[in-house]
Parts: sequence; structure tokens; C-alpha cells
Amino acid sequence: LVWIGESDIPNKCDRLLVKGGRIVNDDQSFYADIYMEDGVIKQIGDNLIVPGGIKTVEANGKMVIPGGIDIHTHFQMPYRGTTTVDDFSQGSKAALAGGTTMIVDHVIPEPGNSLIEAFEQWRSWADEKTCCDYSLHVDITHWNDSVKQEVDTLLKEKGVNSFQVYMAYKDFYQMSNSELYEIFTFLGEMGGIVQVHAENGEIIAEEQARMLEMGITGPEGHVLSRPEELEAEAVFRAITIASQTNCPLYVTRVMSKSAADIISQARKKGNVVFGEPITASLGTDGTHYWSKNWAKAASFVTSPPLSPDPTTPDYLNTLLASGDLNVTGSAHCTFSVAQKAIGKDDFTQIPEGVNGVEERMSLIWDKAVTTGKMDENMFVAVTSTNAAKILNLYPRKGRVSVGSDADLVIWDSDAVRTITAKTHNSAAEFNVFEGMELRGAPSVVICQGKLVLEDGNLHAIPGVGRFIPCTPFPDFAYKRIKARKQLAVLRAVPRGMYDGPVSDFSPMSRGGTPSASARTSPTKQPVRNLHHSAFSLAGNPAQRGELQQPFDLPICLPIPYRRSQINNSSTGIVYV
Amino acid sequence: MTENSLTLSLSLPITPLFLSLSPSLFSSPLSLSLSSLPLYHSLAPLSLSLSHSLSLVSLPLYLSLLSPCFSLSLVSLPLYLSLLPASPTPPPPLPASPIPPPLPHPPSPSLPHPPPPSPLSLPPPPPPPPPSPSPSPLPPLPASSIPPPHLHPPSPSPSPVPPLPSERLLIKGGRVVNDDLSQYADVYVEDGLIKQVGDNLEVPDDVRVLEVNGCLVIPGGIDVNTCLMKPHLGCSPVDDFYLGSRAALAGGTTMIIDHVTPQPGDSLLEAFELWQESADRKCCCDYSLHVDLPHWHPGVKDELEVLVQEKGINSFQVYMSYKDSFQMTDSQLYEVFSFLKELGAVVMLHAENGDLIAQEQRKVLSLGITGPEGHPLSHPEELEAEAVFRAITIGNRVNCPVYITKVMSKTAADTITQARRRGSVVFGEPITASLATDGSHYWSKNWAKAAAYVTSPPLSPDPTTPEHLHDLLACGDLQVVGSAHCAYSTSQKAIGKDDFTLIPEGTNGIEERMGFVWDKAVATGKMDANQFVAVTSTNTAKIFNLYPRKGRIAVGSDADIVIWDPDRTKTITSKLQQSALEYNIFEGMVCRGGPVVVVTQGRVVYEEGEGLRVQQGSGRFIPRQAFPDYAYQRITTRSKVKGKQGVSRGMYDGPVYDVLATPKYITPSPSAKTSPTSQQPPPIRNLHQSNFSLSGAQFDDNIPRRSGQRIVAPPGGRSNITNLG
Repeated sequence: LVWIGESDIPNKCDRLLVKGGRIVNDDQSFYADIYMEDGVIKQIGDNLIVPGGIKTVEANGKMVIPGGIDIHTHFQMPYRGTTTVDDFSQGSKAALAGGTTMIVDHVIPEPGNSLIEAFEQWRSWADEKTCCDYSLHVDITHWNDSVKQEVDTLLKEKGVNSFQVYMAYKDFYQMSNSELYEIFTFLGEMGGIVQVHAENGEIIAEEQARMLEMGITGPEGHVLSRPEELEAEAVFRAITIASQTNCPLYVTRVMSKSAADIISQARKKGNVVFGEPITASLGTDGTHYWSKNWAKAASFVTSPPLSPDPTTPDYLNTLLASGDLNVTGSAHCTFSVAQKAIGKDDFTQIPEGVNGVEERMSLIWDKAVTTGKMDENMFVAVTSTNAAKILNLYPRKGRVSVGSDADLVIWDSDAVRTITAKTHNSAAEFNVFEGMELRGAPSVVICQGKLVLEDGNLHAIPGVGRFIPCTPFPDFAYKRIKARKQLAVLRAVPRGMYDGPVSDFSPMSRGGTPSASARTSPTKQPVRNLHHSAFSLAGNPAQRGELQQPFDLPICLPIPYRRSQINNSSTGIVYV
Repeated sequence: MTENSLTLSLSLPITPLFLSLSPSLFSSPLSLSLSSLPLYHSLAPLSLSLSHSLSLVSLPLYLSLLSPCFSLSLVSLPLYLSLLPASPTPPPPLPASPIPPPLPHPPSPSLPHPPPPSPLSLPPPPPPPPPSPSPSPLPPLPASSIPPPHLHPPSPSPSPVPPLPSERLLIKGGRVVNDDLSQYADVYVEDGLIKQVGDNLEVPDDVRVLEVNGCLVIPGGIDVNTCLMKPHLGCSPVDDFYLGSRAALAGGTTMIIDHVTPQPGDSLLEAFELWQESADRKCCCDYSLHVDLPHWHPGVKDELEVLVQEKGINSFQVYMSYKDSFQMTDSQLYEVFSFLKELGAVVMLHAENGDLIAQEQRKVLSLGITGPEGHPLSHPEELEAEAVFRAITIGNRVNCPVYITKVMSKTAADTITQARRRGSVVFGEPITASLATDGSHYWSKNWAKAAAYVTSPPLSPDPTTPEHLHDLLACGDLQVVGSAHCAYSTSQKAIGKDDFTLIPEGTNGIEERMGFVWDKAVATGKMDANQFVAVTSTNTAKIFNLYPRKGRIAVGSDADIVIWDPDRTKTITSKLQQSALEYNIFEGMVCRGGPVVVVTQGRVVYEEGEGLRVQQGSGRFIPRQAFPDYAYQRITTRSKVKGKQGVSRGMYDGPVYDVLATPKYITPSPSAKTSPTSQQPPPIRNLHQSNFSLSGAQFDDNIPRRSGQRIVAPPGGRSNITNLG
């Protein structure tokens, strides 16, 4: 199954001319020819002067768009001793077949392991096998000072600018609000993008226990225990934290209408937040969890789950068209049925993930562009350009322009194909889009200046994919953040010292303030209240009369002092 | 002059002092109806004419001297009062050491309370009173001046509460406003209950008539959120149940629901009894209690059951804020919600994200901001909205009514609004402070003033917040108005003079609550009078299962009635307030609308111009039943409808991957662990697995093993997996 030896095929040429196409970028469309050399677009225009004898591709008026960027994949992902069935070679081949010329995979270190080691591990897997350019997100699965150091290194030296954190998977990946705050603060200062897997893990754990208790063990338990409200709640919380820390936020896998609504409301309030619906949420829904066929139902298991509301895909496509959601990924993470069957008696054990890397572009075209929701420029924006901007790869990627990488797709908007597991390029036995007829497909795919898909033939070469380093502080996300940072300076009110009377108080802190200063503040130690100890030890109702004392005694202010002296606030005397 | 002598028998040391008048007195032009009123109440109007030159203020103190006998003379008629101790023994000291009187507040009697359980000694059988419809020579008096004589103190009912001599009252000529309709009607009150409502009522002749001349007659307000005993670092608020309930009555509120706030580790039951005991001793109006949950563990469940089923508590507050002390995690909240739903209680939430507040506080302190402005800076309203959203989400999951206390910001209120639009059973309670003022004062140059506004969640610095909250109250998106009255004096606030996180949190508002809702909402045309009644009284009664005993003027309801004058104006000032605070955060604000007469338990306790005539300890604890319809009817139906069912499908019999024993995440169910997976074909016994389980965590456990070869391929391989459909 490996396409070794394909490099001998004659279309391995370094120079290529695309003639007669309509170039579609995210901002405009125009007719022009494109000449590329050494994997870079050298000229764009009419009547280009190009060397003779070069390979020419006739576009015949079809659209020429920047190759898609799938910003969310899980190829070759280890899971409990197994790995997803699509490795980097198989997965990137599927990507190319669907018109995607760059993927961004998630590095998932096990909690406690080194982020950098995991990153290097993924690099080595990907370098060996990937057929297209790639980049990596790193997931932060635990948080401490050494992780902080590693994140710093990854940002500054390793070319990673986006990090995912989890609000779900209790006792495993899940981060507390405090940790999220620290991570957001840190990444906000360092110029990274925070991605969140937004679901309330604690409530999910409770709901899962409840479902299993009720005897629901099949895949429908997955969606019942992860209702979309919990996704929306976590999105809301993540946005709140990001806004507090002034950090750009990226919500991976927007699966439900309510989560998407939260994002769009936050954007209206000015928050810097990006939402990523995935192929599955844009193309299908969660009604299949109730399928009588266990294997089919299990194939749809992913987190957050597909919403059982069948109007969800339409709604998400609309928000994508209006710009409230910005990028699309596939979250391609394929397990075989045998692997899914790990959870045959307990839905919580079903490995999570759906396919979608190959179908992503066609599906959006079919659902959004052919239905008139979205124009072709927006199509380019959500499938490629916006992702490039967030990753700080723009305009090298995500645009057809001189100097950009020669990752191009000639898009045939009239092609119709039927999705089926029999013909797809993934190794999975099942396709969640099985049987869907999609209009719009790539007719030619050019990756790194080379033809990889032509006349229905895929010529992908494992190992040619380069790691594309991403740099921090992408303008698309950080320009606003930086401006706000300059404005949002907190200042104290200059006022004189308060020199009025101060009540005595016991230092047992009620507010639980975390500041060290509160603990060590030089408060006078109060008279150790003996009643208090009697209270906690005795528990005898007969002594209840004395119990009130802890509350009543410590007012040490002499009574006549009160009215007469402290009327400064009512009379307006200012303490100086 | 014996025929003019007045015998006054005091049952000491009990507050209700019954006077019996010798019949001959009634020939005098002074019509004294001293019966059935506590002594210091009754004597107050007489004080000017006491020859003893006792001032009103000193009278209660004077009585406490317990001089056996002294005489008073009316203008020209000497009256003889004989003070007869009720029991031969001196009053037993209370188990508690005497509490320092909260303040030298004039009418606060320094007599120890509560009364000993011994029944009141009635006055020595007085001479037979004049025939019942006493042919009083007096012309009918205007309502409020001197009531017609009413001689018989009602036979004291042997109840633990000091028997209240009830008045028979006829409220005439008012417009009775309930939450659903307004009508012109008279109201007749007897024995603390409303006996008749309507026109041309047939009432006994000797009733006191209050002519209200078209003023509104509304159900007494219910203040759903007060903290009159909430300790902060060992300090208790300056307004205790006595002063607080006085202030409530003066503002037209005839019932309060106070928060019992045990500290983490304390017993809920003990705290409840402590609060109840204090309130029974001091509270002047009916009260009930919410109990706050400072912690969550199985032992609390038993206490909650007792509180709900035996003690009459149906509402509990949990905190999403105050990290490391009161704060609960989402899992705990889920469990609390689930448990309280089973008990039929209402969950109240202090909704703020405590984790983030702790972080923000640290940040703000590190910037050198230690003054009160650090409080709103570290409690931005977003964190309130976030917590509200989360609380509602959890409430929806558990299918449990959620009540948000202290809605302080527009965003939090909007979150509630949106949730209600989606069908969530959620209630929101803005408080006096958030409805009448804003958080701009935190930046005041006057530390004491700025600190006075410190409460959590803080007042929003957005000056349009009060208007917005009133709009939502008027349209029903927010339901009830509390005061969150928690009065700390400036010296107590000054505990946090160097660190805003230590400033005791709380604002006043118990007295001003009704007035500001009227002024800002009804007088501006946002709200009608019926909705005013709903948000200040009726809705609270409904949510907490007090309706229709409270919150409605109807036959059989408690006679908690307020005569409301829409045109009265009042300037709020700390000098004239009932609270013991030396400041008032509403200082200088002018408020239209206010109570003219306040009736609680069938007695007139406040009359404009005459002040308060309350009796410490007369407030009764009102127990509340679980499962209030207003909150639970929908919940119960939904529980029935929304049963979840699994899909019945055949067993999956295809190939199964063998996996390491490390679960991806720990599933909390025991069933997951014990599922009978043994029927699967025993795969090649996995040596890694036994390795793992015996020797514990291994260094390389977490290193992903790429072991594609470990699939248990069925014979025939892929072709067999055609059960995919």
C-alpha cells in the first residue's frame, strides 16, 4: 500500500505552469496564469514569460485556490498501546486526495512526560512519512514550572505557536481553572495561541457514572453523558478566562449550535476568539449514536460528540459563512472497529475520533458554497487562509501570490462524488459520511510545486513533507491583544491612609485569599477564644447558649466610640 | 383620688407588660387603652404627661430598675402603678452571658430576653370591664391617634412565643394591591390573620380603624436575603436580628429570610439552632432561614435531611467563590444539586468564579493596589456571568431549580434571561445595592466610603446597571429583590485597610429595599404596582413555599400588611436610619414612595410620624415545606418525561482490540471495571498487562507503544467486519 518508487513518475518536475485558471484568494478572484519553480510561486499574470518545455496544466477556467490547510489532525496517535489506523503517510495521502496540502497535527504527551520529547517523537514520525507539509500543535496535558520552560522552548526554538489544553477528561488531561488562568497568562505573554478542548469534565464524569448506573452502556451513552450544554459552558468559561488574561483563544471542535453561539456572542463583545468546526460537525449529526448497529454507532464517537440536533450542520455552515467561526479542521482520528470495540461494554472506553481529512473541503463546498451560504473567497478563507494567519504562516501558505509556497488546488466545482469507505484513502473501515454525494472536488492538486493529484491519480510521496515552523505573535490574533495590553493598566486610587478605628478580628481567614501578604499581615493576635474550642469539641446541644460567643464577642470597639467618632463617611470627612 | 388610680401590674421581666385599668378611669377624659400593648409601647404616648418626669427614652431603663412600686400621675390625676413581679424569684439569668446591647438605641430595653417559659402572670383579676360595646363617651377618634379602648388582653395562648396581644384592625378605604390584581377594598384583621377583605365588612365595633385614604394596601415585603449574624473574621455585623428587623419593618418589610453561615467544619444543625435561638430572642418580625453549605461530605447529607424534613428549611446556598474555604468544585455542585433536588429544596448560588478571583486578587495585589478599588478589579463582572452560566448548566443537567443570589451586573442578569428563554428553571435576585447604586464609588478618595460599598459580587462600575436590572425585574426575567443586608461598621471594614481582600463584605439595604424599587421602577413607569408586589414579596413567598400565607392579602393570610404611600418622599441618610451603621451607601438619595403604616402579625408596628413600636423577640420562625410548586412543578414533570433509555441492540461480536489496562480517563463507575468482558476470546495473554498491574506504574508506561500487531484479527480478517452496515 505504500507508494514507494513513485518519485520516478515524470511529473516530478520543478517547474510548472498553470494556465487559464481563475485564481481565488480570500479577498478576490481573477483570471491569471501561475508559474512556479522550486516549490514557490514565481509569477502570476497573463502572458507570462516562462522557460520553454515546462509542464503546463490547463485549468480551463476552473478555480485555482490555495491548497487547504487542515488545522486539526491526529495521525498515528497512540492510544492505550495502539495507534490510530491512519499514520502520517496514509493520513496525509487522504488529505492530498481531498485538496488539503498542509496538515497540523496534535502532539499529545502523556501527563507527566516531557513535551519536548513528545514533540521530537512526533517530528520523527511525521518527517519519515508525511506526504505534505505539516506543522504541529502541542497539547499541554499537565502544568508545572518545567512544563512552562518547555513551552517557552517550543515557542522560541521549535516552531510551535499553538498549544491545546483540556477542560475535559477529569483526573487525566483536565486542567483546573487556576491552571488554565496561568497557562493563558503565560501564553498570552509569549505570543502563543491557546487552543481548548472545551467540555466540562467534572460534570461529564458525573453524568457518565449516572448513565452507567442506569444501565446505558452503548454509544448513545456517550452523547447522553456529554450534552452540548457542557460544551457551551466550557466554551463560555474558556472565553471568560481568555478575556481576563487578555489572551487569544482558539476553540477546537465546535460541535454544537450552543457552543457556536457562545463564540459568536463573544466575538460580538469583542473577544479575540476563533472557533473551529470540524468536518463531522459540518457534515453529519449525532442521531447515528442510536443506531442499532453497534459498530456504526461507535464510529461516530468523538468528543465533544456530534449533536443529535439535525439542524446543527446547517447552522455551523452559516456561522462559518458569516465569519463567526473562522477555520475548519477535520479532527481526523480514525480507529478500526476492533479498536472501537474496546468499549463494547462501556461507552466511556470507546476510543474517540472520526474521519474527515479527505472530505473536509468537498463537504464545505457542498454544504455552504453550492447552497449559496458562502462565496468562493470565504471558502478559501475558512479552508486555508485563516488557518495560515492563525499559525503565522500567511502569506507563505493560504494564498496564491508571488512568493508563496506552490500549494495549489484546481477545484472542480461541478464534480460529484459519493463518499464511501470502499474508495476513500483512509485505512478506516468506516466512513461517517458514508453514502453522501458531494459536489465539488479537486481535479488537480499541486503540493510543493509538484503535481500530486492529476486525472484521478494520486502520486503522493511519503517523507517529502517538511515541518513548517510557526512563529509566535501572529498578527491575526495578536494585534488587538497588544493594543489592549497597552490600554489595560490597572491603577490604584491615591488616597491617604485610613487612620480610624479598626475592629479586632481573628486571623482565621474567611476569604481564603491566596496572597501571601494576607497571611503574614501584621494583625494583632486576638485573645484566643476559649469558647471557640469548646464549640468545636463539645457538640453538646446543652451548651448551645455559649455557642454564640465566637460571633458576638470580638467586637472590641467601645460602644460609645461608635456613633460619635466614625461618622466620617456620613459627614464626608476625608481621612488624610 | 382612688377612683382615678391606675393599677398596673407588670409581669417581670417579660417585655409584654399588661396593664389593667380600673374602670373608673374611663370616666376620665383621657381614654387610655393600655391593655394588650407592651408597656413601653403604651406608655410612649403618655410620657409627656407623666409627672415622674421620665422621658420616653429612659422609660424602659427605668422599668428595669425594678423598683417595687412607684407612682405616676397624669396631668392632674395621679395614677398608681404597682409593679408586681411575676414570680417570686428574680428572673433567671440567661444561659448566655448578656450580650452587649448592640447600640444605645433608644427603645432597646436592656431587659434580658427571652421570657422564661413560665406563663405570663395575668394582672390580678381586674374589676369587670364595662360592657363590651363600651358606651364610650368619646367621639370616634381618627384612626391613628388614640385607639378606642380595648380592654381585654386576649387570653394568652400557651405558645412558646410570647403571646402577642393582637389588635383587631380595620383598614378602610385603601386600594388592595396583590401581584395579580388591584381592587378597592377594606381589610379586616384579627388574631394576626386577615379575616375579611371586601366592601362594607361587618366587623365588631371595637376595632381600630385605619383610614388610609386611597393609599395602597400591599402585602408586607419579604426580604429574601439578609445576613444579620454572618461572622467575618470573628466580627459579627452591627445590625443583629433586633436592629435589622427593626430596619426592615421601618422600610415596609415584614419578613426576612436570613442566611445561616456556618464556617467550614461546623455542624449545619448547630449553626442553624444558634441562628434560630438568636433570632427568636431578638427578631421583631417573622423570619425564616436559609442555610449555607460551607463544605460537602456525606455527613452533611444527614444534616440536610433533618433540616428539610424536621426543621422547615427548604433553601440552601452554595458558593462557587471563596477559594479554599467555601468554594465547591463542579463535581460537588453536581452532587449537591442532585441531593437537594431529591429533598425538594431550592439551591441558591453565590455565583462567582473563585479560582479566577483568587488569581486576579494576587495579580492586583502584586500591582500594589490594596485599596477598595482592588475589589471590583479582581471581581470583574465576567466572572460573575461565567459562574451564573455554569450554575445554570449544572442545574439543567441535574434538572433542579437554581436560584442566583445577588445579581449585581448586566451580564449576569442577561445570562439568566437567556437561560430562562431556553426553558431553564432559574431565578435571579438583584439586591438593593445593585438596583440603586453602582460601583463607581470604589474609586472614592475617601477610604471609608469606598470600603462601605465592598460586597461580593461587587457593584458594577457600569452606571447603567441599575436601570437594566429594573427593566429585567419589570419584565419578569428577574424575580425577587433582596437586600443582602450585612452591616459592618467602618471600623470593621477597616480590618482590610491594607489589603482589600480582608475587607468584610456587605452593604446595607434592608430598610431602603422597597423604597428604591418603587422609586426606580414604579415611579418611572417601568413597573406597575402589581409587579412591585410580586418582586418585593409574592415571588419570594412562592419560591420558598410561604405562599399564600405570606405575600398576599387574602382571607386567611398572615396579617403582614403595608400601607404604601406612593407620593411620600424621603431622603436617605444615615442619621435617620434604623440600622446601627454610621454610614449609608445610599446617603443623600431621594426616594419616592414609602410605608405609612406597617402591620405585622396583625399589629401596627410602624406609623409614620410615630416611629416604630416593636417588640423584641416577637418574630416567629416560619417553617417552610419542601417542593415549592413555583420551583418544582416543572422540574417534577420534566423528571417524569425525560427518562433516558439505552438502545436495545444485539451484542457486538466482532473483533476487539486488546488494550493496556490504563484507562484513558478514570471512569467513576464501578460497573466499568467489572464489566463481563471475559466472554471475549481470550487474546494472547498480554504480558505487558500483568507486568503493569503487579509492579505498579512503570517508568515507560506512558510511552506510547506502537503495537499494531496486537490486534486480535478474526479469522477471515476484514471481510468479517461487515456488520458495519
